Formats: sequence, structure tokens, C-alpha cells
Amino acid sequence: MLSPADIPSPQPSPTPSGRSPLCRAAGLGLAGLARLLAGASVRWIASQPDTCQRVYFANHTSHLDALVVWSSLPQSVREMTRPVAAKDYWSRGFVRRWLAEEVFDAILIDRTDIKVHQSPVDLMIREAGQTHSLIVFPEGGRSVSGEVGEFKSGLYYLAKKRPDIELIPVHIDNLNRVLPRGEFLPVPLLSCISFGPPMWLERGEAKLDFLARARRAVLAMKD
Amino acid sequence: MNDNRTIALVAGVLALLMAATAVGQFLARHPDRGLDPAAIRTFNNRLRGWWILCTVLAAAFWLGTTATVVLFGLVSFWALREFITLTPTRKGDHRALFWVFFLFTPLHYVLVGLNRYDVFSVFLPVYATLFVLARVAFAGDYKRFLERTAKIQAGLVVCVYCLSFAPALLQIPIPGAAGTGNSGNFRLLFFLILLVQFADCMQYVWSRMLGQRLVAASVSSNRTWEGLLGSATSTALLAAVLWWAAPPFQLWQATLAGLVVAVMGFAGGMTMSAIKRDRGVKDYGTLVVGHGGVLDRIDSMCFAAPVFYHITLLITGVKPG
Repeated sequence: MLSPADIPSPQPSPTPSGRSPLCRAAGLGLAGLARLLAGASVRWIASQPDTCQRVYFANHTSHLDALVVWSSLPQSVREMTRPVAAKDYWSRGFVRRWLAEEVFDAILIDRTDIKVHQSPVDLMIREAGQTHSLIVFPEGGRSVSGEVGEFKSGLYYLAKKRPDIELIPVHIDNLNRVLPRGEFLPVPLLSCISFGPPMWLERGEAKLDFLARARRAVLAMKD
Repeated sequence: MNDNRTIALVAGVLALLMAATAVGQFLARHPDRGLDPAAIRTFNNRLRGWWILCTVLAAAFWLGTTATVVLFGLVSFWALREFITLTPTRKGDHRALFWVFFLFTPLHYVLVGLNRYDVFSVFLPVYATLFVLARVAFAGDYKRFLERTAKIQAGLVVCVYCLSFAPALLQIPIPGAAGTGNSGNFRLLFFLILLVQFADCMQYVWSRMLGQRLVAASVSSNRTWEGLLGSATSTALLAAVLWWAAPPFQLWQATLAGLVVAVMGFAGGMTMSAIKRDRGVKDYGTLVVGHGGVLDRIDSMCFAAPVFYHITLLITGVKPG
């Protein structure tokens, strides 16, 4: 997984991660398929799609979440955006690994073996560089009940270390019924992806306050 | 030549749509006529919908029976999607729903396309029902079992089974029309669609003009007995005027069909309203921003199509399949 983040370049290249045409075509096809299958309607609430560096944080209900949020972004934004996903799921098997590494250009996080000097947040910041946006799921795993769980602190450290990045709350509705936990065949129901207004870590804001505010920003779009 | 009627029907519809568009545009440009601007906007939106409907139907009819069956199949699939999306299901229903969407719905339309009335008339109401009941039981979640299976069943019957009787009209052999292709069948289907749309529209108009007594205030705040009566009468009249376009019908038979279609369409609208009220939404398409949802458009059609189909069978006396 080679990322231009390793080479600091002031000008983002047209294909940010240097993906092959096959992978880009697969990405386009998969994005279309995901949108068709999950019937996702996309809403931007007090917010606009932009290629500036952002962190999209969403509630996590289904394995399809990362794919569908990624597909909901306009193509120019999508090419700049890398989902952050669990290594234990996405590196299993040839197809998943190929999808994660070549098509979505995902940043895979080892959930089982978190080291102090190699924290997931550092990895994310390094991989994002100065151009890429990230899609993260701060609950850390899929919720079982469909309720939005407490956010883990990663989002806070991310915001603290990179205060210049816009944080965009994303609410995913109904996708847990399309592909619930423990199922592998999707049911083509209609889902809804809402993008909210950008937020930042306030000066001197405490960790728990910030995480609660971020969680409320996601829940606010539930209607 | 039989096709003169088709040409007359197409020309008539085009002329009517163009005239209505002209009036709609005129009213939109002259807001000082004292008419409700919201009503004009609704009218123009509806009109746009009819242009789209007519264009899509014309394309499907031109491509033939198979294309039309496929078109209705896709509409059913989407409507069922909206229906199940707004109906709470549990995780135990997931596998049953998968087969409902990807096996039963497509297979039913294949049977319709193959003109297997003997199979498709029982396939969903009997076999899909048995499958759904058993599959949900096998999944091991017994909570509100009957309620959950009934929801899936209702969705299948209304969105898929009932609607499929509309394209099934294309397969009825019309007596005396042998050797002329099936342009008569396409006219029959178009006759049904036209009546349903007209009845919907008239229901709205009559309710607005004379509506006094609501049928059920808690279910729908704009469906009145006056609207039902007015719509049934106007639709029967339209059917009588257009009886020549629907091949197997005599004048009185077409009139009767118009009346029944209007009443059934009204019943369909009421039913869907009740479901929407229960779920606390205005349209089935609330998840799809910007349009009202497919199910909101076809609810009357779903109720009218099977009855119209069987009236046609009774009148022509042919055996289907």
C-alpha cells in the first residue's frame, strides 16, 4: 500500500493514490452497485461536498457502511477519500484484501494489537498526509442493537493532532437492515446517508465533552 | 384496419397532454388569475409525471410484451423495496426477505411473461406465503410471528402479485382480434392505466370542489364520499367515451369497468394511506429525497389491476394461459 503521503507533495496528482485503470473502473462499478443495492439517498445538510481534507465520522451498523459512505461521495471527492477499516475483516481472503487495498485504498487498522508507539491515530494521520480525507467509525465496531454507541477516543486525538481538518458527521440510516451483523446476503432496502455541517475541536474542550458533542451531531440527523 | 384505433388513441392522448401543458404553463406565467399557486404547481408536477409515464409506456409498448413485463417487474421490485423499508422487520426476517426479493418477485414476473396463469395465479399467494412462514420459523425468532409474516405477505401481494395483473392483460387472447398482433392488448392495458390515473385525479378534484363527508378522517384528510362518487361517475363516463379503444368491451361493459376501476383505485389509496399513517410518514418515498415514491404512484393501480383483469376474463369468456 503505497501512499503519496510518504512523499510530501504540494500539488495533489490527478490520481491521488496512483491506482491502475482496472482498480478505478472497479471502484466506479462498485460504487454504482452499492448505491443501487443499498438504494442510498444522499443528503447534505448545511454542508457541501468538497475535496478539502476532511474526516467523515459515521455510526457503524453494517459491513456495507464504509463502502456506501464512500460511494455516496462525488467521484472527485471519493478519489481523495480513504476509509479506515478493521484489518481483521478486510485483510481476510483475496477479494476483500484486493478491494480494501487497491479499490478503496483503505487504511487498515489492527484492532487486536494496538501498540503505544504505533497507535491507529498516528497511522491515520500519516496515511492521510496533506491530501486525503478519511472515513472513520468512532464506535470502533458495529452496534448490535442499531443504537449509536459511545464514541471511542480516537476521533478526539485525531482532531487534536490535526486541528486543521474539518470533521463531518455522517448518519447512516437503515443500512443495518440491508446487511445486518452476521449475514452475508443483502436485502435491497432503501437507506439514507446524511452529511452534516463541519465541526472542529474547540479550544480547551475536554475529551468526553467533545466525543459527546460529536455523537450528538451524528444523532441529530436521525430525524 | 384495426390499428386506426391505436393511432386515434395515441393522437388523442398527445393532444390532451399538450393542451393541458399549454394551460398549465399559461397559468404558471400568469399568477394574477386568483388561482391557488400551490394547486397550479401540483397540476404542473402531475403533468410532468404523466409525460414521463406516457413516454416510458410508449417505449415499453414499442419494444413489445417482454419489455412491458420487465418494466412492471422493476416497478414492483422498487415498490416492494419501499414497502418493506417502511415496515419494521426483525433480523429473523432477513433470509426470508432475501428470497422474496431475489427469487419470488423475479420468478413471478417470469411466469407472467411465459403466460403461465395456472402457476402464477397461485405462486405468490400460496407458495411464497408458505415459504415465508416456514423460513421465518426456521430462523428461530417467534416474537410477533404472525404480524411479521403478514407484513411481508401483504407487501408481496399488493406490490408484486396485484400489479402483475396489469402486464398480464397483454396475454389474454382477445376474441375476433386474431391475426392483428396484440396491439389490442396494449390498448387494453393503456385503457386501464388511463382510467386509474383519471380516477385518481377526479377523486382529488371532486373532493376539493364538493368534499364534505370524509370517509375516515383518521386515515386520510382529503378522501371524501363525494370524491369517491364523483370519481366513479366521471371515470365511468370517460370509459364510455373511450370504449372503442378497449377491444373486448361493449359500451356498457367499458362503463362498468370504469366504475369498478375508480372504486378499486380509491380503496387502494385508502389502504396505503392507512399504512402510511400507521408508520407516521407522508409518502413512501421520504427516504428518497425529491420524489413522492413509486408506491404512492401505483397504489390505486395495484388494487384496480386484478379486478380489471378478471372482468376482462369474464366478459371475453376466454380461458387464460
